[in-house]
Amino acid sequence: MTALPGTEQLHDVTLTVNGVQRQITVPARRLLSDALRHDLQLTGTHVGCEHGVCGSCTVLVDGQPMRSCLMFAVSAQGHAITTVEGCGDSPERMGPVQRAFIECHGLQCGFCTPGFITTITAYLAENPAPTEEQAREAISGNLCRCTGYQNIVKAVMRAAELAAEAPTAASEVSA
Amino acid sequence: MTAVDDRPEVEIGQARRRKEDHRLITGRTRWTDNIQLPGMLHLAMVRSPFAHATITSIDTSEAAAAPGVIAVFTGKDIADIQGVNITAWPLSANQKTPTHLPVPLERVSHAGEIVAIVAARSAALARDAAELVDVDYDELPAVLDLKEAATDAVLAHPDLGTNKSDVWTLDSAAAGTGGDVDEAIAKARETGVVIEREYRQQRLIPAFMEPRSTVVDPTGEQVVMWTATQVPHVLRFCIAATTGLPESKIRVIAPDVGGGFGGKLQSTPEEFATLAVARKLGRPCKYTETRSETMVSGHHGRDQWQRLTLCATKDGTVTGLKVDLLADLGAYAALVGGGVPVLGAWMFNAIYKFPAYRFTTSNYYTNKTWVDAYRGAGRPEATYAIERLMDELAAEVGVDAIAIREKNWIKHDEFPFTTVAGMTYDSGNYEAATERALELFGYDALRAEQAQRRASGDPVQLGIGVSTFTEMCGLAPSRILGALNYGAGGWENASIRMLSTGTVEVLTGASAHGQGHETAFSQIVADRLGVPFDSVEVLHGDTQISTKGMDTYGSRSLVVGGEALVRAADKVIEKARPIAAHLLEASADDVEFSAGTFTVRGTEKGISITDVALQTWTGHNLPDGVEPSLDADATFDPDNFSFPHGTHLCAMEVDTETGATRMRSYVCVDDIGTVINPLIVEGQVHGGLAQGIGQALFEGAEYDDQGTLTTGSLVDYTIPSAADLINFVTDRTTTPATYTSLGTKGVGEAGTIASTPAVVNAVVDAVRHLGVNDIVMPCTPERVWKAIQHAGSAANGGAQ
Repeated sequence: MTALPGTEQLHDVTLTVNGVQRQITVPARRLLSDALRHDLQLTGTHVGCEHGVCGSCTVLVDGQPMRSCLMFAVSAQGHAITTVEGCGDSPERMGPVQRAFIECHGLQCGFCTPGFITTITAYLAENPAPTEEQAREAISGNLCRCTGYQNIVKAVMRAAELAAEAPTAASEVSA
Repeated sequence: MTAVDDRPEVEIGQARRRKEDHRLITGRTRWTDNIQLPGMLHLAMVRSPFAHATITSIDTSEAAAAPGVIAVFTGKDIADIQGVNITAWPLSANQKTPTHLPVPLERVSHAGEIVAIVAARSAALARDAAELVDVDYDELPAVLDLKEAATDAVLAHPDLGTNKSDVWTLDSAAAGTGGDVDEAIAKARETGVVIEREYRQQRLIPAFMEPRSTVVDPTGEQVVMWTATQVPHVLRFCIAATTGLPESKIRVIAPDVGGGFGGKLQSTPEEFATLAVARKLGRPCKYTETRSETMVSGHHGRDQWQRLTLCATKDGTVTGLKVDLLADLGAYAALVGGGVPVLGAWMFNAIYKFPAYRFTTSNYYTNKTWVDAYRGAGRPEATYAIERLMDELAAEVGVDAIAIREKNWIKHDEFPFTTVAGMTYDSGNYEAATERALELFGYDALRAEQAQRRASGDPVQLGIGVSTFTEMCGLAPSRILGALNYGAGGWENASIRMLSTGTVEVLTGASAHGQGHETAFSQIVADRLGVPFDSVEVLHGDTQISTKGMDTYGSRSLVVGGEALVRAADKVIEKARPIAAHLLEASADDVEFSAGTFTVRGTEKGISITDVALQTWTGHNLPDGVEPSLDADATFDPDNFSFPHGTHLCAMEVDTETGATRMRSYVCVDDIGTVINPLIVEGQVHGGLAQGIGQALFEGAEYDDQGTLTTGSLVDYTIPSAADLINFVTDRTTTPATYTSLGTKGVGEAGTIASTPAVVNAVVDAVRHLGVNDIVMPCTPERVWKAIQHAGSAANGGAQ
């Protein structure tokens, strides 16, 4: 839903989301997280704190992880956004990070998970063969209250293996 | 996905990947905040900035005229239907219980209480308008400190005349389960050892990742509430009991729920306020809180002072324990509320056998956020106290920390064992778990390194912490809850529907929010009915689908709910047997059921239970008088609690020059009885450990002297990140529970309960030789450093 007519000045924003060009009309203050969730109905991006700490809302902006709760939707004009919905080829064909999370039991309630998936996807594009220590550091900007992180670290390592086996899956995401 | 051929012969014990994950991980989630309904309005709450104040006037006119605003409500506007946030556990008929209105009419009792609600066309417009609601307050004196509350000098609720809610005592001499603790202490003062300590259980915030959200649709015959709750069934009861809506007119749905840890075990003001506004306006309404609203308004946990007296003989044999608690309930008696400290009453004696015990909790109100269950609820507090004391006793009598426990614990061949608190532990094997943990930990080598570092005066010292814990899980036998004046039962319900085409619907009253019920329960049913894992669909969290339930908390879902499933499955089999016999032209007595097939004993003739289901559905050829249904329902009420236990060992490095701590290794060997899914179990243990370590080292809710929560965001309230933790070494021993057919004991809270004392024991152990015998939680570098600086003085503990 866009803002009410007559209440706030609205702005047309064109952005690419998960490879598809989308247009939204939003007030200047609309957060990217809210635009994704409510304007574009991509509810896979979750808002956990609205102050940039928890990382649940992390999306990729031109391949780089960004807190979508700290970014206005209007700033996404012309940029390519990847959400968790875009981290696999389709719901039935998941990306390596997603598959690794299932295999390693890297999620419990699943609320923080999309932010980890996007963060790790970007990280592995940069560092495809991390050490366990690096993997732990890579995820330390995202909060999870369920898992104690151990299986998420494991999932990073496993995702690196899976991506190495099928390199196309990883590169498609940042493309 | 997994084909039938891949089905392991036995599902129970397999590390099945979770059914839940696929949609959660691809973004196809169903959080309450995702829900959009036609004509739906969005709510924003106006909250009190004061800890204690009289509301003198509320001017809503400017807000009501703001763009997109449909209506603004004060407490008075919804007084006829808003209901009450009741407590289910008044400790006695004498308990003083302030009425907890979702939106108070005259007086606010903690900062963050709702005073008005704005309904608007968007969440942003509602929040804008909330700023325009003009509330006049007359500030009242606030009582914020628990010990000050106990003096009654300032009252949290002047109309109650006291801050004391209730006092509850368990005395082994009075109960006939042991001797007189005062006598034991007096004797120890003459001939033995007496350890007296006061420990602080700081206030914690559950900090589940999904902020709470509620959507209410009042437009149908039933009012439907989607809400981020652990307890849809309990919530429906609370709504029906207090708002005037008949129970049959309420449907509560907990869709995907993003963690709870006890924090969503509540009937909340926000749920009730949203319901009231939706009913008043006749339109769907949604309220989703901000993180800071979660922190200030969602209930907190712990918050006790523990005065403890442990007495022993000079060789370290414990002879008695006296526990005096001060418990802060916050501003109101919450759903479990005053019962939380009572849940610890049976756990201070832990795995030890000693002859005299007295537990007293004095519960007080303060003008702070209400306090209720948080992962472990009463049991972590108790376990912390006794496991810290056992280390203190070991130090006092000069015995190793493991040896002091071994000397006092219940031996494997002594089970079943009735404790001094009157609880009968049905099974356990503390020796086995401890032996395994010591081996994995390399205990002797670490002790040698510790000695070497002490001898060399290394600025970085090593400490070893031990925690041999038990807990009572599987809440709970209804009769015991009744005897404790708890307002509900502890049973759980399950139904099984055999569908015509061979798949199975399982309905459970346990409501998952991240635990993996769908997977674990499928494994149980797949085994019991001999059907493929993927043929089982587990449905939960909707009072219209699983109509009866007591929901999920207290490590109860698998222990109680799993057993209900087994019994429902057995009923299905018994309903199918005469039909199978009829179809096989045999006597029911000659028909055996195994691995999903009924066979005539001694022959090859057989029919699968799914074929029987199809034949039953057609109803064409059933025995006379047999109903055309295999569906069955079972409600299981346990006879006892379950008693998981384990040995947790932690090595901490402490920089004595800076107070910085670093976890070097953590080993835990848990005995949770039968394991249905080891993958899920490990995950529960890891997450539990993280939360317990959070209490030990990082977390604490703090207020300023005006009663404002100063840890109201995830910047200030520091839950552990990956960088704060290490890889834990986990293992298990298996001593099944004896009173259920599955033998499961529960695992949801184990890690949290055990880890806090293990970590603090390790930190204290690292600097004990410097004269430190306590560090107040959370053991921040500042507190550790101060404890070292002030070692031996009154300021020991680092809190000052």
